[in-house]
Amino acid sequence: MKTSSKIYTALIMLFLFAPIAILLVFSFNESKSLSVFSGFSLYWYKELLRDSETLNAVKNTLLLACCASAISTVMGTAAAVGMNRLRNRYIRAVMDTATNIPMINPEIITGISLMLMFVFVGRLFGAATSLSFWTMLIAHVTFCLPYVILQVLPKLQQMDKSLPEAAMDLGCTPIRAFFKVEIPEIMPGIVTGLIMAFTLSLDDFVISYFTAGNGFQTLPIRIYNMTKKAVTPKMYALATITFFVILALLLISNLSDGDTSRQMKLARQKKKAKS
Amino acid sequence: MKKMISVLLAAAMLCCLSVSLAGCGSSDTLTLNVYNWGEYISDGSEGSFDTIHEFERWYEENYGQKLKVNYDTYASNEDMYNKISSGAVSYDVIIPSDYMIARMAGEGMLLPLDFENIPNYQYIEDSFRGLYYDPQDQYSVPYTYGVVGVIYNANVVDEADLGGWELMWNDKYSGNILQFNNSRDAFATAQYKLGLDVNDTDKASWDTALAELKTQAPLVKSYVMDEVFNMMESGEAAVAAYYVGDYFTMADNQAESVDLQCYVPEVTNYFVDAMCIPSCCQNKELAEIFINYMLSEEPAIANAEYIYYASPNSLVYNNAGYQEELGEEAMAILYPDIGDFSQYYNKYAFRNLDAETLDYLNTLWETLKIS
Repeated sequence: MKTSSKIYTALIMLFLFAPIAILLVFSFNESKSLSVFSGFSLYWYKELLRDSETLNAVKNTLLLACCASAISTVMGTAAAVGMNRLRNRYIRAVMDTATNIPMINPEIITGISLMLMFVFVGRLFGAATSLSFWTMLIAHVTFCLPYVILQVLPKLQQMDKSLPEAAMDLGCTPIRAFFKVEIPEIMPGIVTGLIMAFTLSLDDFVISYFTAGNGFQTLPIRIYNMTKKAVTPKMYALATITFFVILALLLISNLSDGDTSRQMKLARQKKKAKS
Repeated sequence: MKKMISVLLAAAMLCCLSVSLAGCGSSDTLTLNVYNWGEYISDGSEGSFDTIHEFERWYEENYGQKLKVNYDTYASNEDMYNKISSGAVSYDVIIPSDYMIARMAGEGMLLPLDFENIPNYQYIEDSFRGLYYDPQDQYSVPYTYGVVGVIYNANVVDEADLGGWELMWNDKYSGNILQFNNSRDAFATAQYKLGLDVNDTDKASWDTALAELKTQAPLVKSYVMDEVFNMMESGEAAVAAYYVGDYFTMADNQAESVDLQCYVPEVTNYFVDAMCIPSCCQNKELAEIFINYMLSEEPAIANAEYIYYASPNSLVYNNAGYQEELGEEAMAILYPDIGDFSQYYNKYAFRNLDAETLDYLNTLWETLKIS
């Protein structure tokens, strides 16, 4: 039984990581082929650094992901705080459902409907082109928002409601109590929400595809458009770099998350001991 | 943790600010929006000519004004068509394929070109004028053209079997043949073999082609598109019909045990991709200057060498350096001797099928794939 479960785990790991391993290996290939490994070289990494259009797409993607995740984190946290304070059960259920709709809606519908709306509004104001960086940003904030709310809301619900009340009893203004007590308490949720929003925005293809305007193409769109001719191994190099950056981010966030929750536990234990 | 987030936030805000500032500062800079296939221009990689940046520099030198080219790409004619017809974007120059040019011109989506601004059009030879998609030569300037050929592994295939479409039906190579996974191209191989018209609206003609494809089916290893690269390079299959421009990519990457060669059957499909100006164009004169620049010697040769498709520009195929770079063999494959191009092309090339024939073709294709 034990050996079979080990084999099962090994198989799962194999299927999860074999594609990435192949990508990694072939990004160091000397030739263009995917079937023949002719020798180790950093050629494709050098080529990648020389490809200004691709680097521009990377810059666009990062810029969009930074802006979209920052804005949706602020808006999402504010929304979660507001929703948490709703007293009326029905209104609350309505709000929950409303925020879930963009998440369960197929991306292609979100993409097309956003595009139609932008075109409609653009025509209303007589603009020649209605899609731009800003419309793409709006689209990305739209689909990132529910994920942030989903991360922050449970943390707020877990939080001891008497904590901010106690702070205010001791003379804090409500705003100060919010920033000094509530925010640190829900911080792990905010950080996870931020990272989720960032990665979602980074690799979104469908919605970006429909809302991309003149002169602002993101990386997933650029890679997709290479399919008339073969995709060059430059992209394997880029994917390898991206994989390691995301891995590093993941490690940092998981480690620090562990730290904060451990600290909180300690703090709580201390509090209990005191009382 | 909090610090990290504030730093991130601050960085993001700064980025936002810089973008909006860059947007404001561009009032004295002209912009040209170009929409092209992905990987379809010499972009400076592997030491090649960086067409877009060179054009920006050239323009500033000659016209004394700063120019920014927004260069975007698409993956298929249909993608490009949808994006432009939605009215959400505006491009100044697009490079669609033949049948799409016919369709867009028919729908009034293209502007007639002013050839006073495109003097380099003289280098496009007469045999590339009057092509069916633009019979009056009003809307388009050909950029590249290509052809479907037969690619084979010379270590497996006997020389005596070469020449026509028959190789794709030769049962000596059963289980070693790759056919297009695309109804139009697959049917065309059978139609050209039998001498049928690929644009026929008569259903019986399509039925005959289907019967031919059914006799081929047991010999076919699989129906492929992009997978053809790896299967041919590794020697997994020995015969495939595919675009000749892509043969060179395969030959570059072939395994040591494989010797890929290619020939173009006497009757086959040529396609042309041409530069056009869509009706959403914001600066038509600038767009024409760009088209003219693309026809001038240096960029035209660089693009032809980068894309590895044939060029209709006489400055390119008559250039000694270009011929040397490609080699005699590649020149013969890319530029087969077919006499007058326009006559051949207007007779054999694919045209837009009407909806009924297209539906019928798709039903036939499904019956083939099921059996």
